Amino acid sequence: MSEPLQQSDIDQEIAALAGTAADHPARDYTPYRSTRLRHPRQPLVPIKDPEAVELSGPVFGVTDVTPTDNDLTKQHMGEPLGERITVQGRVLDRDGRPVRNQLVEVWQANASGRYLHQRDDHPAPLDPNFTGVGRCLTGDDGSYRFTTIKPGAYPWRNHVNAWRPAHIHFSLFGSSFTQRLVTQMYFPGDPLFPYDPILQSVTDESARQRLIASYAHELSVPEFSLGYRWDIVLDGPAATWMEEGC
Amino acid sequence: MNPTPSQTVGPFYGYALPFPGGGDIALGGIAVHGYVYDGAGEPVPDALLEFWQADSRGQVRGAPGSLRRDPTSGAVLGRDGVTFTGFGRVATDRDGHWTLRTVEPANGYISVCVFARGLLRHLYTRIYLGRDAFLDSLPPERRQTLVAVEEREGVRRFDIHLQGEKETVFLDFG
Ligand SMILES: [Fe+2]
Repeated sequence: MSEPLQQSDIDQEIAALAGTAADHPARDYTPYRSTRLRHPRQPLVPIKDPEAVELSGPVFGVTDVTPTDNDLTKQHMGEPLGERITVQGRVLDRDGRPVRNQLVEVWQANASGRYLHQRDDHPAPLDPNFTGVGRCLTGDDGSYRFTTIKPGAYPWRNHVNAWRPAHIHFSLFGSSFTQRLVTQMYFPGDPLFPYDPILQSVTDESARQRLIASYAHELSVPEFSLGYRWDIVLDGPAATWMEEGC
Repeated sequence: MNPTPSQTVGPFYGYALPFPGGGDIALGGIAVHGYVYDGAGEPVPDALLEFWQADSRGQVRGAPGSLRRDPTSGAVLGRDGVTFTGFGRVATDRDGHWTLRTVEPANGYISVCVFARGLLRHLYTRIYLGRDAFLDSLPPERRQTLVAVEEREGVRRFDIHLQGEKETVFLDFG
């Protein structure tokens, strides 16, 4: 039997891989142990086809959301426990153009760090007034906005005493399927950052900073909520890829 | 502008992303189904697959209404049964199995985007329903991983292997 994996072991592995310049995590990032059997070993096969259907993408509209879907504090009879926050920002493509009328989906743990999910067995209380799921469409300027509560940190079993920093999961669509993004937003100054192999899988410091929202006092609502700003830039060729012919 | 990095979908997307009827892009066509496997050949019970495709005439315009909501209750109403949205989303079940009901796209393939716990960045692949020049450009043993096999009339089988000897061809759009 091997020794249980300690934080110090993971810290060493994180340090050994730190600093590699890349916008996205390597899929074989070993400090996050679940990657081991779930990443391809063969290189991806490049495809340069101006007719590829992936250069277009799914379309969503007002039929797919209800106007209150972006307020996670209003989905039950009572108010959820926790620190009420608003998170807002813009979804842009790599040329800085707003991603308009596209679907943004979020999910998160409650203030105690517990998900409403059968497989979350963290012994922290569920909150009967919090499901932790929201969605909205971006505006003409690519803007989105959610009202929610600040999620708690939670333990997981990557190694002994592994804790995820507080985060909100985000799912984003661009104008093309190639721009699809699922990611996580973190909160500034979280002391768990250096210990977390999922955040540290983004080995480039400046790229990692792009996952961390900033506290924005002007977005805080008096007597109501604290404001955070987080802008999102989608990777991947956009629809103009065809026009530019590159 | 520098892109926002990807992060894993994790294990807890269940209340947020799958929706009733997510695998029913269109009825009266074909069913495509299969399993997602990891590098040890074990089924992956917490993968999420998304599908995007042209319609039977080759149009890829897309339309709203994949996850139509009741404006009063917010509950999922499901697709209206008339509009072809081209988009599907299915979570694998405890056996790693998934099923898609759709029409055969005129251009011969369905695009697939794979998310999973343990996958830090999603993967793209394609389900080919017939011959194609891109398939011909691949080595024969790898080509097979992109071709759906006819099990019986109207039912095609397509397994996804994230790693290993039968590893699926995953695509890079640059
Ligand atoms: Fe999470």
